[in-house]
Amino acid sequence: MTTDAPSRTGLSPASEAELGELIAERHATRQPLRITGGGTRVETGALSGDTLSTAAISGVVTYEPGEMTLIARAGTPLDEIQAMLAAEGQSLAFEPADMRGVLGGNGTSTIGGVVAANASGPRRMLVGACRDHLLGLRFVDGRGRVLKNGGRVMKNVTGLDLGKLLCGAHGTLGVLTEVALKTLPILPDRCTLGFHGVTVDEAAQIFARALATPYEVSGAAFRDGTAWLRVEGLGPQMGYRRDRLLALLQLREAEVLDAEVTLSLWRGLRDLDHFAGTATPLWRVLVKPSLAPSTVRALQALGGAVSVDWGGGLIWYCGPGPAQEVRQIARHATLVRRGGLAGPAFAPEAPAVTRLSLGLRRVFDPAGILNPGLMDQ
Amino acid sequence: MPQPDAGIIERAPQIVAALREVLPDDAVIWDPEETRAYECDALTAYRCPPLAVVLPRTTAEVAAAMRVCHRLRVPVVPRGAGTSLAGGALPTADCVIIATLRLRDVLEIDTENRFIRVQTGVTNLSVSGELEPHGFFYAPDPSSQLACTIAGNIAMNSGGAHCLKYGVTTNNLMGATVVLTDGEVVGLGGPEMGPMGLDMMGLLCGSEGQLGIVTEATLRILPRPEGARPVLIGFDGAEVAGECVARIIRSGVLPVAIEYMDDVCLRAVEAFARAGYPDCAAVLIVEVEGSVPEIEDQIARIREIASALNPVEFRESRNADEAMAIWKGRKSAFGAMGRLGDYICLDGTVPVSKLPYALKMIGELSRRHGLEVANVFHAGDGNMHPLILFNANKPGDLARAEAFGADILRLCVDVGGCLTGEHGVGVEKRDLMGKQYDPADLDIQMAVKDVFDPCWLLNPAKVFPLDASQPWREEAARR
Ligand SMILES: Cc1cc2nc3c(=O)[nH]c(=O)nc-3n(C[C@H](O)[C@H](O)[C@H](O)COP(=O)(O)OP(=O)(O)OC[C@H]3O[C@@H](n4cnc5c(N)ncnc54)[C@H](O)[C@@H]3O)c2cc1C
Ligand SMILES: Cc1cc2nc3c(=O)[nH]c(=O)nc-3n(C[C@H](O)[C@H](O)[C@H](O)COP(=O)(O)OP(=O)(O)OC[C@H]3O[C@@H](n4cnc5c(N)ncnc54)[C@H](O)[C@@H]3O)c2cc1C
Repeated sequence: MTTDAPSRTGLSPASEAELGELIAERHATRQPLRITGGGTRVETGALSGDTLSTAAISGVVTYEPGEMTLIARAGTPLDEIQAMLAAEGQSLAFEPADMRGVLGGNGTSTIGGVVAANASGPRRMLVGACRDHLLGLRFVDGRGRVLKNGGRVMKNVTGLDLGKLLCGAHGTLGVLTEVALKTLPILPDRCTLGFHGVTVDEAAQIFARALATPYEVSGAAFRDGTAWLRVEGLGPQMGYRRDRLLALLQLREAEVLDAEVTLSLWRGLRDLDHFAGTATPLWRVLVKPSLAPSTVRALQALGGAVSVDWGGGLIWYCGPGPAQEVRQIARHATLVRRGGLAGPAFAPEAPAVTRLSLGLRRVFDPAGILNPGLMDQ
Repeated sequence: MPQPDAGIIERAPQIVAALREVLPDDAVIWDPEETRAYECDALTAYRCPPLAVVLPRTTAEVAAAMRVCHRLRVPVVPRGAGTSLAGGALPTADCVIIATLRLRDVLEIDTENRFIRVQTGVTNLSVSGELEPHGFFYAPDPSSQLACTIAGNIAMNSGGAHCLKYGVTTNNLMGATVVLTDGEVVGLGGPEMGPMGLDMMGLLCGSEGQLGIVTEATLRILPRPEGARPVLIGFDGAEVAGECVARIIRSGVLPVAIEYMDDVCLRAVEAFARAGYPDCAAVLIVEVEGSVPEIEDQIARIREIASALNPVEFRESRNADEAMAIWKGRKSAFGAMGRLGDYICLDGTVPVSKLPYALKMIGELSRRHGLEVANVFHAGDGNMHPLILFNANKPGDLARAEAFGADILRLCVDVGGCLTGEHGVGVEKRDLMGKQYDPADLDIQMAVKDVFDPCWLLNPAKVFPLDASQPWREEAARR
């Protein structure tokens, strides 16, 4: 395995046990660590400490297509996993994005980084987020203890579900060393319905109608005046679903994109190609889908551009709006690309929730050495 | 269970008085005649009437009751409908039960944003009932759905027959209102597709009433499928039935359910319900959803897969009556087993590829323990429900059945599975937790509980092995 060129002292333990020893040492001396998987994320220059890379803790442990289960070490490149699953006609259904373009990184995304960020793409709306596909994990906590939670089976309610906590904790509760994920068959047929020249309000109406059908629309995104619906299926399913949706939305003219174009279109929407290559701040905003139109208009008024995913539930805002004003418009806003903006990346929580968060951090990382400050508000 | 705290029991009158001060009269019960109704859940082998029962109607009343219990340091057992099979709602003599059964309002149905917001005392079935006129449904459907409440579903992260496709409670829970042990009310999640920050709602789901009392929930709802149809496939061996499950899953067909019944179960069901099942070693019921052409296509694929494995029978349903006939035996399985005698129902999960091996080993354990076992379970996700038959009137038989059950659960863990797939740990599997988790793994879970419940008032003697939780409980008692 290759390790990234570290910006500071670069640490790259070769095993879980070695990682445990290293963190135990740091715990004792209270020296912070910046955890990195492939390092494709937003710059975390403000974080202090040496860089800890999981790149050397790599490799698929088991993959059982017949039980839809994959177990991989945290540093395994996402590409490697995706290729392995694709060879069996399966995938990670939550569709993690490749954010190298927007985040300006040049590393290789790791499965540990995906889980740590709960990274989930367009299909999240239908199948759930990364956290819904996580079956179990192994990790090293802030004292250097090697711990596990969950397992490798789909149904498991044995004890507290710490996987949910660690997924999306961005490394602040522990360093993941191994994750077990559910895989799903790739539906062989797909197409996209494109509705051009629509406003965000019209897009929201299209989404609401399409998503109230049983046709399992697996993508509902809007950008630059076009609303896109992705339809997938097995055998005659896809054609049936497409025709029913077209009939339902017949008042509008729709362009139908074939399977191949569908693949590249949704890859681009997923990876936010349209916001790549600039350094303007990029915000990830979660709203109740029916609030998407008003939120989009308010954000656009700050200047910049907006795209919408998850049938209105997710808004990406790429623009110069000051943090305070963005947060005023959208309570659930995360700053994914700083673009020079200072201040916290994560949205403020209710005081009681903050108290619990801090309590949990103290439990998992008593010396405050894991990505300190990263998730602070 | 640990010895109840005599000091607390002695203070019962004061505790009840303090509760009455903040709650309506009819919301506090302590007459032993009435509290007896709450002495157990569906794990009926264990019983103990609580000190008192509180039946609030609002979140504010739950919070008021919780504040009193916190101030007076009285243990609390949250309770929904009491259908837990793990002793999760089992009281102790020194506890107050706070039951959320009377919080029964549907607060909001929002089909545009695809959620329903309810108070958690509503039953699982009534949620789907509310949604039916809107063309939507709530996916997790435990077989106890007529009685069990959303509160219990959240606490146990309950599953159901359809979870192969739609997931369990945690995958369908969007938000919750929780009363913390000090009486503070917090909202977690909501109609947004979160989480933001740490996923505390994910932690809460399945936490078996260890972290707080859930009074409201926002649940994801789905448009009703156009139709559904089961097929029945009989095999002359467990191994080949298991292989069929794996091949169906690999093929890309994602059925909503794959249910498995073994020969012991089939014979019992035949005698009880006359479902007309084939007399063979194993039956699979596979249900698929969609429009008629979609269903037919999926069934054709399943037929092709099954045919290659020489089934004893492949039975399709051509109409609603035939579909019902296929489900009839499966749905009456537990009742049929009840006819054969007493039974305990286990709930371990194994990796799907280990199903045939696990079934073989369970057969061997059955011979060794001299007790019969029937297997009926959710095969698609490996969640087994071995039913161990015993005679409750025969001295020592329950203990033997429990020892047999513990062996099966250890087997589940040994082959890479877990102790409980959907019923929870409660008191039933509490002392087996050390089999699945190392001391440090349990320690961090207890430390998490300690953040939410520093005085260890909520279900204090459950989930974690007593010897492991003892230092935590002792420390908490000093707070
Ligand atoms: C605030 C924020 C929100 C994001 N939201 C999304 C999203 O919604 N969808 C999406 O597709 N992508 C999202 N991303 C990008 C996401 O981080 C990357 O797509 C992917 O996870 C990067 O993988 P990586 O291996 O390069 O991880 P890195 O970029 O190296 O790390 C990502 C984060 O995870 C931590 N981390 C990495 N490995 C481990 C490990 N083994 N154990 C513990 N922590 C670890 C890092 O400290 C860092 O905080 C987001 C990024 C940020 C910063
Ligand atoms: C015949 C039968 C069939 C069953 N089938 C299934 C099945 O298919 N799938 C399945 O998953 N389970 C099944 N179960 C188990 C049981 O029905 C579920 O665990 C159910 O979710 C319990 O709900 P309840 O309302 O009865 O909760 P209770 O039994 O009252 O409580 C369960 C647990 O939740 C806690 N709790 C209750 N209310 C709250 C609250 N407001 N806040 C916090 N914690 C709370 C309790 O302390 C307890 O630990 C079955 C049980 C029976 C008897």
